[in-house]
Amino acid sequence: MRRSALYWTLHDSGMMTIRSIRHMLRSPESLLLSVGLPVMLMLLFVYVFGGAIQTGGEYINYIVPGVIVTCVGYGSSMTAMSVALDMNGGLFDRLRSMPARPAALLGGHVLGTYVKSLLGTLLVFLCAIAIGFRPSATLLDWLGIFAILSLFLLAISWLAVVFGLVAGSAETASAFSFFIMFLPYVSSAFVPTETMPSWLHAFAAHQPMTPLIETLRGLLIGTPIGNQAVWAVVWFGGMLLLSATVASILFHRRRKV
Amino acid sequence: MRAPAIQVRGLKKSYAHKVVLDDVSFEVERGQIFALLGENGAGKTTTVRILSTLIQADRGTASIDGCDVTLESDRVRQIISLTGQYAAVDELLTGKENLHLMGGLLHLDRQTVRRRATELLTLFDLTDAAGKIVKTYSGGMRRKLDIAISLLGSPKVIFLDEPTTGLDPRSRASMWEMIRQLAREGVTIFLTTQYLEEADQLADKIAVLAEGRIVAEGTAEQLKAVIGEERLELHFHNSADGRRAATLLHLPMEGDGLQLSLPAGGTTDSLRSALNMLHEHDIVPATVNYRKPTLDDVFMALTGNTEKEVRHYA
Repeated sequence: MRRSALYWTLHDSGMMTIRSIRHMLRSPESLLLSVGLPVMLMLLFVYVFGGAIQTGGEYINYIVPGVIVTCVGYGSSMTAMSVALDMNGGLFDRLRSMPARPAALLGGHVLGTYVKSLLGTLLVFLCAIAIGFRPSATLLDWLGIFAILSLFLLAISWLAVVFGLVAGSAETASAFSFFIMFLPYVSSAFVPTETMPSWLHAFAAHQPMTPLIETLRGLLIGTPIGNQAVWAVVWFGGMLLLSATVASILFHRRRKV
Repeated sequence: MRAPAIQVRGLKKSYAHKVVLDDVSFEVERGQIFALLGENGAGKTTTVRILSTLIQADRGTASIDGCDVTLESDRVRQIISLTGQYAAVDELLTGKENLHLMGGLLHLDRQTVRRRATELLTLFDLTDAAGKIVKTYSGGMRRKLDIAISLLGSPKVIFLDEPTTGLDPRSRASMWEMIRQLAREGVTIFLTTQYLEEADQLADKIAVLAEGRIVAEGTAEQLKAVIGEERLELHFHNSADGRRAATLLHLPMEGDGLQLSLPAGGTTDSLRSALNMLHEHDIVPATVNYRKPTLDDVFMALTGNTEKEVRHYA
């Protein structure tokens, strides 16, 4: 059966993506961790800390973007672990000695993470709505939310793949989650950055999570966005290109060593 | 004339300043079981990784079924299968799902994958476990699934990197039987092993790899012939008898002065006269053993040697 290289790349990516989604269904504890934990966090912030935080509006409306970003952090740490396992456990070696298209091996992990994270995001939205989240987004806003979230998810997934390739073991790879999950806390995700000490404010206002969260928040509840959307696209577009390139180089370097 | 199943010429590979393979050459005929024998770090896995297109050699050429592993890696990948040192199976999928995933990635059509998966699950006695997640499998079952996966695409050449390392004796015996079965079906098998007995039991041809060089190559019989013929081992009751016998026969004492071994490869005359001489001097050995050299002796003789010259006995 002669078919084009593109056909097989898509075919193989599809198979690897389905595998990745099966993994999620087989280990419900990871799904629970990646969605359950951010939801718990949301409840904690809304009902325990929320009363003390002034954001000028309903606090639940304020924190939903931050919860989503945190949720993605958990999800992608699973990806980093899974890539490290495949790389060090011999599965990638076997697949690379087969006709399977090499691009599909990492591509499947990224696409799988993307689908899983979208699902997680949807669950967070539903839980938020259940406890009083009322977005004012129009259809066009929702499309924008989908687009910017997709860019973010793909960028983080590729970054997770890079971590997985670099890490010598799944345990090291899981440390990735710490880094990704920590960033939203030092951004405008849960509290306005103006309330932080000036040195921290400078970091919080200029790290990639803040423009992303401001853009999402603006689209969801109509707060001003300004040029934050541009910054978000620059940050995560750049991260996507860089991570995908580095991942590809790292993966192909295996042929030399 | 058809190309040999595997042809390797002048392969070299170094990492940083460490030479891993230093001018390795050999050939494997179609349908042969070839064993690459060597200790840890001898370069066995590196050889397998080069032949299975995973890494590139610094120098030299290697071809599988006439296809160059670097220039025609896509074609090589169609006809080989690799089973590494650790079972490369997906722990979170079931046995059947593993086979279906790998079949798809081998670009086999759906009917073929289904048919082969059923056949292989039956062949390896995994039908009952087919629907269970691999995490729950025993080590032996994982290894079987691993081999089943490597047979999915009906490969012409199978690479098995230390297939029995870490297996219990029973699983090892059944792995040997599986390998022999494959060879009977005309598949060429390249296996690496640290176990001399394994190479002796299975291989049609053995190459001994030490410090990145092939130090000997041939059949098990040929290798054994290298380090000498059969010997007669005599054990004595006491060291006085032993010493007297050694002097009479002009042989060095072995062990703790209670043992002698004399060459038994030639005619019966030399043996008879030796035994007669002992009889005349009233020396009666406690036990007499006839001993054939094992591959262990070959290995010691070849790799313990400082002289690393290549010997070819094929």
